[in-house]
Amino acid sequence: MTYVWAFVVGGLICVVGQILLDVCKMTPGAAMSTLVVCGAILDGLKLYEPLIEFAGAGATVPITSFGNALVHGALAELQRDGWIGIVTGIFEVTSAGISSAIIFSFLAALFVKPKG
Amino acid sequence: MANKNTRKITPTQKEYQDLAKRIEPKRPVFKNCLRAFLVGGSICLFGQVLQEMFMHYFHFDQSKAGNPTVACLIFISVVLTSFGVYDKFAQWAGAGSAVPVTGFANSMASAAIEYRSEGLVLGTGSNMFKLAGSVIVFGTFSAFVVGLIYLIFGIDAG
Repeated sequence: MTYVWAFVVGGLICVVGQILLDVCKMTPGAAMSTLVVCGAILDGLKLYEPLIEFAGAGATVPITSFGNALVHGALAELQRDGWIGIVTGIFEVTSAGISSAIIFSFLAALFVKPKG
Repeated sequence: MANKNTRKITPTQKEYQDLAKRIEPKRPVFKNCLRAFLVGGSICLFGQVLQEMFMHYFHFDQSKAGNPTVACLIFISVVLTSFGVYDKFAQWAGAGSAVPVTGFANSMASAAIEYRSEGLVLGTGSNMFKLAGSVIVFGTFSAFVVGLIYLIFGIDAG
């Protein structure tokens, strides 16, 4: 059942992105940033975690989960270490995504010739 | 942007703007949304399959399984970008391929490859985040604000 919800929820988040692009006439960068900020706010309201429970990868794969993960790290370390945790914790959870994106992109730049 | 300029344009410019507005092709919003839904949904479904696989064969627990899944999707996306497949696919899929984390990886990899001709440091190094940077900046800042609100109002984060 999780598979169905992953498909539906993930698809719907992408539709929201498409509407931001087409109806609100945003640039791709602005639309993605809006979605990330939305994810961060949703996690601030404690609504994103239930969505992940419900839809699995449908909620963790779209870029909104990036905002969610940033807030999650910040709040977890805030809880543990006090105020300094907000700064030290932000990238705690997202490290996997950002590091792997940097590493793989750099490797690609080393070995691939640009086209066109 | 148009609102800011309306004050000091001449009638001719106004005419031109009206004309441009009239003949601007209408975006097929419904068709685009359908494509975005199908492609975005499929990528998330694929992510779910990967995640179950990591949980089943490599014994990651539910909360940790997201990390290898995301890393794996990013790797696939970078490979497809390297072969120039992802960009063609993205033209068809619109936001369906841009919103999942694969789109984030695609924007970084394509910038990294494209600016390679300007050198590894000044090209690839400094331009890799050219497109993905705004996402990180706004995400980080909003996370900071949320954290600050939790701190000031003493909300229990658990």
